[in-house]
Amino acid sequence: MDLSRRGFFKVMGATGAGLAASNRPARAWQSRAPEDPYGCLVDLTRCIGCRKCEQACQAVNGLPEPEMPFDDLTVLDRKRRPDEKSFTVVNRYYSGKIDERDQLIPTFVKIQCMHCQDPACASACIVGALTKKENGAVAYDASKCIGCRYCMVACPFEIPAYEYHDPITPRVMKCTFCYERVAEEGKLPGCAQICPVEAITFGKRSTLLEVGHKRIKDNPGRYIDHVYGEHEVGGTSWMYISDQPFENLGFIQVPEKPLPQLAETIQHSLFSYLWSPIVLFGMLSGVMWGFRNKGDRDIDHEGENS
Amino acid sequence: MSHSSSPIRAKFWTPGVVVLAFLMAAGAVTIVARYIGGIGYVSNLTTARPWGLWIGVDVASGVALAAGGFTTAFLAHIVSRHYYEPVVRPALLTAMLGYTFVVLGLLVDIGRSWAIWKPMVFWNPNSVLFEVAMCVMFYLNVLYLEFVPIVVEQYKGRVNLPGPLAALNGPAEGLLKIADLITGKLMWIFIILGVVLSCMHQSSLGSLMLIAPTKLHPLWYTPILPLLFLTSAIAVGYPMVVFETTLVTSSLKLDSEMDILAPLTRFTVFLLGLYLALKIGDLGVRGTYVYLLDGTAQTNAFLAEIILGVIVPWVMLVLPRVRQSRRGLFIASSLIVGGVLLNRVNVFVVGYRPPISEANYAPAFGEILVTVGLIAGLMFLYRFLVTYLPVLNRPKQEVSA
Repeated sequence: MDLSRRGFFKVMGATGAGLAASNRPARAWQSRAPEDPYGCLVDLTRCIGCRKCEQACQAVNGLPEPEMPFDDLTVLDRKRRPDEKSFTVVNRYYSGKIDERDQLIPTFVKIQCMHCQDPACASACIVGALTKKENGAVAYDASKCIGCRYCMVACPFEIPAYEYHDPITPRVMKCTFCYERVAEEGKLPGCAQICPVEAITFGKRSTLLEVGHKRIKDNPGRYIDHVYGEHEVGGTSWMYISDQPFENLGFIQVPEKPLPQLAETIQHSLFSYLWSPIVLFGMLSGVMWGFRNKGDRDIDHEGENS
Repeated sequence: MSHSSSPIRAKFWTPGVVVLAFLMAAGAVTIVARYIGGIGYVSNLTTARPWGLWIGVDVASGVALAAGGFTTAFLAHIVSRHYYEPVVRPALLTAMLGYTFVVLGLLVDIGRSWAIWKPMVFWNPNSVLFEVAMCVMFYLNVLYLEFVPIVVEQYKGRVNLPGPLAALNGPAEGLLKIADLITGKLMWIFIILGVVLSCMHQSSLGSLMLIAPTKLHPLWYTPILPLLFLTSAIAVGYPMVVFETTLVTSSLKLDSEMDILAPLTRFTVFLLGLYLALKIGDLGVRGTYVYLLDGTAQTNAFLAEIILGVIVPWVMLVLPRVRQSRRGLFIASSLIVGGVLLNRVNVFVVGYRPPISEANYAPAFGEILVTVGLIAGLMFLYRFLVTYLPVLNRPKQEVSA
């Protein structure tokens, strides 16, 4: 008994030493956002709802033809979401404002992947099939994907869609930020290039922020003083300015903290270098050693009374 | 040790087993349909609701309810309470089958089943799911290794394959000998590893939802969600043993094992109490008790989970009278099992509200068929293995004979 006790404390001591050694200062979570990515600034006061951006997106990305043609504006009568066949859609909102002829003035909102600076989808992805590129795009590599759809759970903007009707090789489908056109051909994203009213401005994110704030400052009566995407979820590459409050236009309030921060902090502080499993393994070995001859001496058989 | 296990040597094809076979067949047909028409053909999953019944029940609840495996191994083998030995093997079998069916359920749910090996090659250490997947993979193998001695005990020295396979008797015998040697020497490592891996992924399953603060209802979204998942998994371990032992011993007309189950649940009073305290403390600290009476489906599901699934059975188990009655013990344990099941379904399905599309989800008939089929398959295999392998406690009269 004495021997086993001593052995037990020896193991516990070794475990304690191991614990102390691994007790280095915890590093704070760090953003992995690119320094100077590209982005797009959407000026909702300029958009006329022509759906040319949807058409260009379909052509550039080789997506299937839609059921109703792009020049059919009755499509706007109901709210749509991007899906596995269309990476961007335009929705129409009425704020109640009327023009001089008593007609309701619509506001059109183009939706697509926001290309977050610290994307939740990329942090969640089990195989790293989703990555944030230096040029700002959140890119998807189907060759790594296993189809767990955790990216879709993680995305606060409900953007990634899935080819649910492909039984063997379904893909996650979302706006690519025309990654190859931008990175290799030096062109603009399809939607930004075609927009006839320059509602979409393509450029460095830092420049776009300056442009956005300047437009707001030069026209304080016209704009809400908010660039949506400047701080949302730690910043996004696509940003919006508007004359209507964003919450009336289908934009949700999201935290300003990057979404991966909490889960990644917990994971890394517990599991970096696997220190906690190793310590737990050591402790349990010690306990097992200490109890190996102890048996059931102190068990009282409560069940026997029944 | 006085305890010993034996195959039950009862008739296998009872009416109950036939029903299980039918349910399995229905599930199998649905799975074939899923591989012909895609996930969308048999399920109601959408862009806004990518995870449904399969993740909530087959995977998350499957993992939680398999916790009897590592909690009994801890009790009987790490702190040497050999008195509880008779429930270790059935709990191990449940865990082994439980995790096997978690993986089968995942294969149906993920879009590219054939690519399930890819996380072993493409690592994303930032992903909670990556850690969960690695732990589940290693733990499943640990469970198979822990099961090896049961197979060895039954067949070592008497391998007798039928017909032309008889030529393989020698090699099979050798294989068993090697397996016996290795697992005998290293079993303590596998037992500890099983506990460590379980603690890791049971908690991390809760971390999965921390990346979606705008989607998970505040009643469940808490930074201590991983701790709650771990404590509830540990707390449900012994009640799950009571639940299945009672079902098995009454359906196979074996000894009720009450002299083991009753003292076992004394630990549950403490473990479930700890979980309850954390859960209530969390409501208080984050101030989320303000939602409790708003009457929404989420809130009612939360109340059901915590009142019927935790408070009522906890109060029941505190009373010695309940602990010593077979019926009382079974009811309390079933409530705890149901409470943890409901908690996992709440976190992954009921409490999940996509704020933009506000899309609703109810499982499709096909999803239910797959889940029921998988559970039936698990029970079928359990029944098959206890019939032919020494898992369950040897009936008393046989020992004395």
